[in-house]
Amino acid sequence: MLNKYRAVSEQSCVGCQLTFIYVFICNLGVRWARQLRRGAAKALGPAAASRRHGNPGRPRAWLAAEVPPAPFSRRWQEGVGRRGPRVGGDARQSAPRCGPQRWGGSRGGRRVRVRAARERASASPRPPQGRWVARGSQGPGPRGGGGGARAAAAGGGLGAPAMSQAERKGGAALEVKFVPDEAVLRHIADDAGIKVRKDKTPLTVNVKRFVKKLDTLSDDEAQEFLEEKDYVAALGICAQDLMENGSSVGGSEVYSFQTPKRSNKMAELASELAQTPGQSVASDHSECPEKITKTPQSSKHSSSNKVQQKSKKNDFMSTTPYRLRKRLAAPDAYLESESEYSASCSEEEDDEETQKEVITVLSSLKTPAKAKVASTPPSRKKVTKKKDKMSNLVEEYFEAHSTSKVLTSDRTLQKLRKRRLNQQTLHDLLEKSPLAYAAEIEELNQQYESLFSKWMLQLHLGFNIVLYGLGSKHDLLEKFRISMLQDTVHLVVNGYFPSITVRSILNSITEEVLDHIGTFRSPLDQLEFIIKRFKEDSSLELYVLIHNLDSQMLRGERSQQILAQLSSLPSVYLIASIDHINAPLMWDQAKQSLYNWLWYETTTFSPYVEETSYENSLLVQQSGSLALSSLTHVLRSLTLNARGIFRLLAQYQLENKDNPSYPGLSFQDFYQQCREAFLVNSDLTLRAQLTEFRDHKLIRTKRECPLILEEALNATYKLSLLVAIRGWENAEVLQLFFIVFLSAYFYRDNETT
Amino acid sequence: AHLSPCSIFWYEDRPEGQKTQIEEDLNKQLFDNLVSFLRRSHSEFQEKTTEWNCQMKSREIPTAALVLGVNVTDHDLTFRSLSEVLQNRVTPYVALLQAKDCPGIKNLMQKLLGQLMNCYVDQNMYKICRKKSAMSLWSIITLYTCDSIFLFYYFETPSKKRTSSRHWQSPPVVVIFKDMESFTTKVLQDFIVISSQHIHELPLVLVFGIATSPMIIHGLLPHSVSSLLCIELFQSLSCKEHLSTIIDKVLLTTQFPLKLSEKVLQVLINIFLYHDFSVQNFIKGFQLCIVEHFYTQPLSVLCCHQEEVKKRINSLSHNQCENIRRLPSFRRYVENQPSEKQIALLTTDGFLKETVQQLLDDLNVYHENYFPVLRCLHVFTSSLPKYPLGKQIRELHCACLENRVWETEEYESFLQLARMLNKCDLVTMLQKCVEILVSSPGKEFDKTVEKLKEFLTQFQKLEGGCALSYVPLQIKLKLFYNGTNGYHFLWYILTLLELKESRRSKKLTKFEMLRFEVVDYIDSVVRNYLVPADHKTLHEIVYFNTASVLREHLNAAPRVALHTALNNPYCYLKSQALRSDGGSISNKAPDICIVYKLHLECGRLINLVDWLEAFSTVVTAVEGPNADAPSSDQVDDVIHARFIRAVSELELLGFIKPSKQKTDHVARLTWGGC
Repeated sequence: MLNKYRAVSEQSCVGCQLTFIYVFICNLGVRWARQLRRGAAKALGPAAASRRHGNPGRPRAWLAAEVPPAPFSRRWQEGVGRRGPRVGGDARQSAPRCGPQRWGGSRGGRRVRVRAARERASASPRPPQGRWVARGSQGPGPRGGGGGARAAAAGGGLGAPAMSQAERKGGAALEVKFVPDEAVLRHIADDAGIKVRKDKTPLTVNVKRFVKKLDTLSDDEAQEFLEEKDYVAALGICAQDLMENGSSVGGSEVYSFQTPKRSNKMAELASELAQTPGQSVASDHSECPEKITKTPQSSKHSSSNKVQQKSKKNDFMSTTPYRLRKRLAAPDAYLESESEYSASCSEEEDDEETQKEVITVLSSLKTPAKAKVASTPPSRKKVTKKKDKMSNLVEEYFEAHSTSKVLTSDRTLQKLRKRRLNQQTLHDLLEKSPLAYAAEIEELNQQYESLFSKWMLQLHLGFNIVLYGLGSKHDLLEKFRISMLQDTVHLVVNGYFPSITVRSILNSITEEVLDHIGTFRSPLDQLEFIIKRFKEDSSLELYVLIHNLDSQMLRGERSQQILAQLSSLPSVYLIASIDHINAPLMWDQAKQSLYNWLWYETTTFSPYVEETSYENSLLVQQSGSLALSSLTHVLRSLTLNARGIFRLLAQYQLENKDNPSYPGLSFQDFYQQCREAFLVNSDLTLRAQLTEFRDHKLIRTKRECPLILEEALNATYKLSLLVAIRGWENAEVLQLFFIVFLSAYFYRDNETT
Repeated sequence: AHLSPCSIFWYEDRPEGQKTQIEEDLNKQLFDNLVSFLRRSHSEFQEKTTEWNCQMKSREIPTAALVLGVNVTDHDLTFRSLSEVLQNRVTPYVALLQAKDCPGIKNLMQKLLGQLMNCYVDQNMYKICRKKSAMSLWSIITLYTCDSIFLFYYFETPSKKRTSSRHWQSPPVVVIFKDMESFTTKVLQDFIVISSQHIHELPLVLVFGIATSPMIIHGLLPHSVSSLLCIELFQSLSCKEHLSTIIDKVLLTTQFPLKLSEKVLQVLINIFLYHDFSVQNFIKGFQLCIVEHFYTQPLSVLCCHQEEVKKRINSLSHNQCENIRRLPSFRRYVENQPSEKQIALLTTDGFLKETVQQLLDDLNVYHENYFPVLRCLHVFTSSLPKYPLGKQIRELHCACLENRVWETEEYESFLQLARMLNKCDLVTMLQKCVEILVSSPGKEFDKTVEKLKEFLTQFQKLEGGCALSYVPLQIKLKLFYNGTNGYHFLWYILTLLELKESRRSKKLTKFEMLRFEVVDYIDSVVRNYLVPADHKTLHEIVYFNTASVLREHLNAAPRVALHTALNNPYCYLKSQALRSDGGSISNKAPDICIVYKLHLECGRLINLVDWLEAFSTVVTAVEGPNADAPSSDQVDDVIHARFIRAVSELELLGFIKPSKQKTDHVARLTWGGC
């Protein structure tokens, strides 16, 4: 270990290129230096701080006093470089402080950052004994120098089973502990990724050394794995005959949806995907022109591509046994970052030779021939992955949500000069494009259709059935209905319908199934009534099909409770589908036992045509032809004159939109206007008309001034039960809506806005 | 598909029978538990009537806090039978209240009265109440109405119900709060305060169903309110014991022809232990097993009671005979037969039927012997330190089903420990075994019982000889008996010492000889009877063993399915085009997969334009470079439409949502570990 340090330091002195360890040390170092200084200054004043530098014989005690408790330190180390450095006094203070800060969200985070910046500004040059690190560093700044190195070593020593003592010859005996491997690896893999690219030769050397250490560690990991697997196996996840390998995916893979942080990653992946099958696409895509146009080193390029493919392979290897795959696949973030920098190698134009080296090094990492070296990437992952998985996830989340800064490009759809499609054209366009893999989807569907009779049986035995999986289950349920429920009383609920409510479901049961006329005070009463009726009359049977039980309108706690109670009736047979990834969270134990679900996976891959047609996608024209069509119901019922009156009123109101204290058009003025436009002939008529509007909840009257209600738009809900437009409160949308509204109905010849 | 009409008929009535049986079991168990509870609450009430003055002063409501455990789903059943029992034996006035029905005190009173008067309370009573509330303070009115209703009720009822002799003179009013924790504090407080005002007029008893711990009462109610309650704590049977009873009564008997294989049982037990502690869910799983078995296994016709087997075998069709011949266990059996018999078995249906009859009889006998011996073995293992083969009989059962139990290490250690048992324990165990075997229906146990009894008499004869050396040990053990761990520890030390001593002396005492003999005998019995079921011929007929089906339907993982479908569509769509090397996603994947894959590369916000461009890059690459290359910022309409569809599908699936933070951006809803 000692040798290693020395070797590294010599290299750095000689070669003036930084190895990744250096990068890491510097990263850590800056923070630790700051923390130490601050802690010391806080606790004992500046004199104490200087004494520390002056008396290096006792560094251990010093450092021991200031190292944070283990979990904290680990978290802290993970965060290095990406978050602003967390500043804390000593361990006792900083550990509790970091909790609330984190939970406090973005504001807390920012405060920390500001403080850190100030700290940085006041940082003084380091004493000379630390320069050996500082000199070589190009990364986080040379000011973090020596104390940093020391501190980093000390902080690392906490978690590291193996530590080394390195004596500096310069009289200042300094204790250097080795940093924990996972922390180092973490920084190699993601933070220092960019720097790593710059160094070439030392990489292999160091990697080899790491291998030795990591091998010893990996045994424990394997042990843990075995234990974990016992439970998994007991649950039968590893059961022999899995018809789909889907079930063999471990939870960690699913729950960690990876998020690398480079902004142009998507484009890279896109081009990568585009090239995957080997068709060399000369796409003149704006996003990755450099990569493709610069193909003088095409041979190298392809090799790096291969590397990428190989690393990809690891991610989703379905043939590897479960345990192995889990191990390989989970931290593919690292692989990704690797492939990332190998991919972006081509961007570096200046030194081609060095690049060649990097690529060869990388490919040698991946080739199984060099067994020792090749084992590095997986073991790396293993170590990092297991221990930090949980804290890591949490960390990531808060990190992602603490900054308000968003690293995305500023392009907008407008700049694309792309007209927004409306629902109809979208539909037409999609009609035109053939459905991919229709045959396979059909096969899947047939497979599921063979289950119909089983479903019927199980429904009758008191179970209810829930379908999950990717793809619309609408057609499948529809087929089920047609083939099995022809002669039965059944109720189909389109849960995706934006204005569906439990109440409407209950109403249709009471009114149409039970032929009950009358209203109920609350859904609970209604439910009670239904339950009573079903219990009294055992011949009553009802099949309920619910498409999208997890839709926006039905996923509420109360709705689910009512539906669950309904489904628990022995003569109500419920078959439903869910799509949302978090749908199962709707149900607690009590509801689940009421529902008495049997789960069936029905992945159909068919497009969610019906389900998304109501959704107001960002890309679909906001005005929404649906909204308009629903308004026709209101407006068609009006006479021509009435429409004119409404229009007049609306116009005035729009003109004064910007004036918040606009009192409205006084009745007399309004009457005058209407008269002039030959819309009314007496104020009685006008009053009657306004009353009608008011009854339709289109306007309100304020001090004799009729004002169109904003809810007039909302009234469309009640009348047509069709549309849910987001952002009512948004004046822009409102205005747009009004314009469209007016133009579409009063100037029909000029439909485009 | 393979469903024979006979089995349809069969399973229609079959599960029902078992289900009711199970529920009866449950209830029986419950009643035992409740009778004591009732008696106590009775006495409590009587106390109340006798010590009238005292009660009146303190105005305390007698309350039973019933701690039921976290398996909330089972509580329903418990309460239903509780109220039934109460209604049958104590009082006609039982009201069951649930938190979700009682958001306010008004609803609570409505529900309460509705249940007490055994009818649906119509509105007029509340109309009065409402009118009044309009005039004055709501709280006062509630108070007023409440007590007026109570009084009204109380004076009304005795005249009506006095005729029924099984109830008391003035039957108490029992109000059961099913889920005490989820009631709002306000409602509970109001109710308690109001009713404590009338406790001297109204014999009210409250029952709180508590899932967590009795401390919650004090957490929920302020001291001023909780001091109005005179709380007594009752602990219900723990769900684990419940499960053991059910397993004992249903699975470990020959009564039910259907058996569960080791894996299936393990899955069910694991769901119980790791997920919900719900006995009802366990029963549900068992029901599913029954349905699945009779639905999928065409030969499950033969899975029935002994008396019917013969009839059914005779009615087997040729196809069904062929099915039998295809059974792996049967083929194994055939291979071990002499060749002429092999031919006969494979060609003549008649002979096959005879053999099957024979084999099924064998299987039945095997079960008859298996369970008593299993119980005997459990008597031994459950009293040994560290429970080498599991504390519960279900664990032992699983171990025995899994493979030959005597080949396992645990069994070895069991034997070793058994060889160190002291006389006293050994004798009691043997006595228990004798009891079990005598009460069992198995016919082969006469010999075994005799042998065991012989051992027992021998032990008695030994009395003078070596029992002396054990007396001091026994006394020492007594000292440590209270702390189990200490006891075990000491036990170990003592046995080790003993072992050493005996090694040193190298001479076995008579007792030790006898002990070895006993253990060897038990070993031989185990080897004889506890053969794992899948070594038996035709076990497929009786055992349900597709555990994966069970897990799939009961313990599904929708997210995993979604994840797989998005990441690796080849799992579902068996198209060669999708089969990219190493199972990674290819660019020919369905749109949604590509869009999903691309979005994984983004941070918290996703720029739609970038996304769209990336998507069109991928898609155009698939369609071939020759297609008239669209200008850099103009995307084909169809591709645009496909993109919109895919994005809105992702939105439906909950991966993204629109964001107002930045124009033309969507926010990711999943984040991940990197």
